[in-house]
Amino acid sequence: MSKYLLNKFLFTIDRDPELVERYRADPRGTVEWWDSDRACVILNCPDAERSTWLKFTDDEREALATHDYVRLFELGAHNFLVLTLFIALFERDYEEPLAFQREFAAKLSHWSLPYPDIST
Amino acid sequence: MAKIAAVIASTHHPFYLRASTSTGTDRPPFADEWVAKIEAFRETLTRANPDVLVMVGSDHFHQLWLDNYPQFLVGKAPCYDANFYNEEREFGLPRMFLQGDEELSAYLLRQGLDEGFDLAFSNELRVDHSITCPLITLRPQADLPIVPIYTNIFAPPLPQPRRFVELGKAIRRMVEAWPSDKRVAIIGTGHLSLELGGPRQFGPHGPDPEFDRKAVSWIASSDIDTALAEVSLDSLWLPGNATHGFMDFMLMMGVAGENMKADYTDSLDLFHTMEAYFTWYPTEASS
Repeated sequence: MSKYLLNKFLFTIDRDPELVERYRADPRGTVEWWDSDRACVILNCPDAERSTWLKFTDDEREALATHDYVRLFELGAHNFLVLTLFIALFERDYEEPLAFQREFAAKLSHWSLPYPDIST
Repeated sequence: MAKIAAVIASTHHPFYLRASTSTGTDRPPFADEWVAKIEAFRETLTRANPDVLVMVGSDHFHQLWLDNYPQFLVGKAPCYDANFYNEEREFGLPRMFLQGDEELSAYLLRQGLDEGFDLAFSNELRVDHSITCPLITLRPQADLPIVPIYTNIFAPPLPQPRRFVELGKAIRRMVEAWPSDKRVAIIGTGHLSLELGGPRQFGPHGPDPEFDRKAVSWIASSDIDTALAEVSLDSLWLPGNATHGFMDFMLMMGVAGENMKADYTDSLDLFHTMEAYFTWYPTEASS
């Protein structure tokens, strides 16, 4: 399990407008590219000084590749990162203000406390 | 010595700018009341006539990241750019540019370290909506130098609530002992009950109105003992999964001082989360 890597994916996609669109249009392809190319880049180090050990579990990779925010919640991805990125991805598809955010909540309504642990 | 012109604690609702400037059918029904409350709250800072603002907030995974995450960080830079692409995208917040006060930053870092707070620092900090929202509400002209102080309310493991209170008390002591003739306002923003990315988000009210009622009462009377007795890192999950931001209010209670009743208190029950506004005038209270 790598909650840290899940969060790193969400964080690095969310802060780049081109990657937000790429992930919206082609989630599986974006995850595959990111997994092989970007996952081990330490954000404040040159690309050559990479980590050598970070990898997703199959479950994590699949949750990202299918835009499955319920599964991401269950896997302990950081709630703020998931919400912010998924608003950017899908809010535009809903007519009513906050309709996506409310649907997001409703899809998690089977959850009560304690929620999955988000600590990394 | 420097004078503390005002101590201000507030929620930081990123939708205020958009709600307050929207017109016609886009304007939400609560916008007029919200604007009236913010303008009255703004007057409490204007009246204090500050020269510099110490601003306590929290980075929302903008510049600070999990490969190197500080618990408490003081900005020490001559200037700060502000707001990020995803805040522009989601909240309509503008890019901003703020002057810093490096002398006060350096002083707080040195004194803080000497008082036992291992403060991180940043010489190039882009601040986010936790700092810019209170500027938009309280000082929209954004014409005063700031010293940003970031706390970790976001990425576990977090410091204990009492540590936030202790840091608040230390900031108060340090600013009062700052050899300067400046008038300093200390402004901090946090959250009441709040849920983000969970099943209780974006409801008609905050996720836990009972917690909000108690929290407003603790803050308004700076009842630090009760707040510390009732709040823990574990308990703060219960009112909503982003309620650890309440610890920034606890920090501000430390700045205001034990059992110091706020000179100004207001709140507004909104969708998603309750807004709350508090101002203390320490110089008047102690004179």
